[in-house]
Amino acid sequence: MKNKTITVDYLARVEGEGGLQVKVRGGKVTQAVLNIFEPPRFFEAFLRGRMFTEAPDITARICGICPVAYQMSAAHAMEAACGVAVTGQLRNLRRLLYCGEWIESHALHIYLLHAPDFLGYDDAIQLAKKCPDAVQRGLRLKKIGNSIVTLVGGREIHPINPRVGGFYKAPTMTELDGLADDLRWAVAAAQETIRWVATLPFPELERDYEFVALRHPDEYPLNEGLVVSNKGLEIGADEFFEHFAEEHVEHSTSLHARTKARGEYHVGPLARYNLNFDKLPEIAQQAAREAGLGPVCRNPFQSIIVRAVEVLFACVEALRIIGQYEQPEAPYLEVLPRAGTASWCTEAPRGLLLHRYSIDSAGLIRDARIVPPTAQNQKVIESDLADFVERNLHLSDDQLTWQCEQAVRNYDPCISCSCHFLKLDLQRE
Amino acid sequence: MAGKRKPKLAVWKFASCDGCQLSLLDCEDELLAVTGVVEIANFPEASRRVVGGPYDISLVEGSITTPHDAERIHRVRRASKLLITIGACATAGGIQALRNFADVDDFISIVYPSPQYITALAKSTPISDHIPVDFELRGCPINKYQLLEVVGALLNGRKPNIPPYSVCLECKRRGTVCVLVAQGTPCLGPVTQAGCNALCPSYNRGCYGCFGPQDSPNVAGFAAVLEQLNLRHDDIVRALRGFNAFAEPFRKVSEAYEK
Repeated sequence: MKNKTITVDYLARVEGEGGLQVKVRGGKVTQAVLNIFEPPRFFEAFLRGRMFTEAPDITARICGICPVAYQMSAAHAMEAACGVAVTGQLRNLRRLLYCGEWIESHALHIYLLHAPDFLGYDDAIQLAKKCPDAVQRGLRLKKIGNSIVTLVGGREIHPINPRVGGFYKAPTMTELDGLADDLRWAVAAAQETIRWVATLPFPELERDYEFVALRHPDEYPLNEGLVVSNKGLEIGADEFFEHFAEEHVEHSTSLHARTKARGEYHVGPLARYNLNFDKLPEIAQQAAREAGLGPVCRNPFQSIIVRAVEVLFACVEALRIIGQYEQPEAPYLEVLPRAGTASWCTEAPRGLLLHRYSIDSAGLIRDARIVPPTAQNQKVIESDLADFVERNLHLSDDQLTWQCEQAVRNYDPCISCSCHFLKLDLQRE
Repeated sequence: MAGKRKPKLAVWKFASCDGCQLSLLDCEDELLAVTGVVEIANFPEASRRVVGGPYDISLVEGSITTPHDAERIHRVRRASKLLITIGACATAGGIQALRNFADVDDFISIVYPSPQYITALAKSTPISDHIPVDFELRGCPINKYQLLEVVGALLNGRKPNIPPYSVCLECKRRGTVCVLVAQGTPCLGPVTQAGCNALCPSYNRGCYGCFGPQDSPNVAGFAAVLEQLNLRHDDIVRALRGFNAFAEPFRKVSEAYEK
């Protein structure tokens, strides 16, 4: 009965270049494709022959939105390859830096990139005319996240302070204390954010995802943990490629990842939340419940609430770390190269980020593999689109197209990362 | 421009990490004020609203790496009164210009299992290799206050105040002890343009060249100093082959040391 094609040539409010095309024939979706035409930059190739200590600075340049994530996965992987574990206050400082990136990245996505969709605005500039207080709150939250990254990392985009082994310079207790007042405001602002986003209209879509995220016995995951799923997976990062495969498809310059056993899977805030609800601080669990979320949330449109819960977590965690901080004696541990291969996963704001390196005894990189979150989510984004369009064929083309864009933005896709932007092409034939 | 329409600003992306255009969104205190004086006419990272050209100011991020982008940049130029390139990718080819020293087909086959799906030019090149550019703003990433200065200056018809001197002057002004002289730490500060406020030395590390070559760098003399620090030739090549590897002063010396 209904044939149509929905097309978005250049998806907005995502990082990088991509588009989307959904073809409908006789009321059924025959094809849902996320096109990624971000030009490839070949990081894994030019990393070969570079020094192991250069990987955090170089891989940061994969993504200007989440450089800390790249620096963390790279530094940890190199340390693992060289048999060094960074613990104590240096580990806490890394966690603090990561909290800063989560706050900055999530606040950007919630307020400037995703919320306008729910309210029918093209952008946050229009939103700011109707809801000035909300946008101002979002900008201040974002700024506070950036101020953490700037203090601990040196600057907000492509921080210069993190290194293999720790940091070039550790902040003083007084410097960190300077963040506390802002963070106390941010805790209240994050709670207000959760209340605000919970009032948004959420399209219906609940899917039986395989969620994949890190899990750690003692904490909500950032830098460390086992890779687990709600379908029984529990592995170390070194076993990643035994359980996951990457495929190259023609419509994307980003490789598609899947589990070898079951296929598509979902990484990011929703996956972390579903697998680690019990590790959230009480204040965050409470705020989630008040927003109507249980420990399980399978509606991808509600990821905006989950991001807000994670902002609250990150503010509380940052305050905790600052409260018990003592400046370490040395800002880094000496890491001497040795021949070997190691993998490490951390939780980027958009989800699991794996780095694997082989280095030689002189510390030169022989092989590098990077699996970014958005590459892992491509298949699940395409299935969300197919499912969503099939349920909503009664909508006008304009409305359906916009909601398809919104469905892609549920994942805060970072196409610069995955390839390493986006484009919707909805065909109703 | 009081009483007239707001000038139209467009942001364009080529091969890049999105970090430099994010700098605009990172102006948290200034963002809403900026949108009060300029019309954001094309900025896909921030808005799905697209206003047609011509544009008073275009900000171009990223380098040219594909045949499609080599065409597209000419369309951007034709639609723009003033065109400013932002960041190391757009002004020097970026980190992805490391391919320029290798065989791109080898690179494609290292990363992609099905190389036939990938179209890429042999070199990653700066925007100015393809079209005339009105101002080049350096940095990996750019300094957001320099971005506001350049846009403000050009909209008001004055020359942007962007210092072309080296990072060393910023270190002296901050009172940072020289990491190269005092600690023997390799530092690209003497040959690198200022703009970051000499950030790395203030964190006890050497500059690694984010802002590219300063206006009159003696890179060969600098490399000789690195040799005195017992850096091997391949170390010197790596030091010069960072985010501005294809900028001519850095490129020429790194090629000399590669032989």
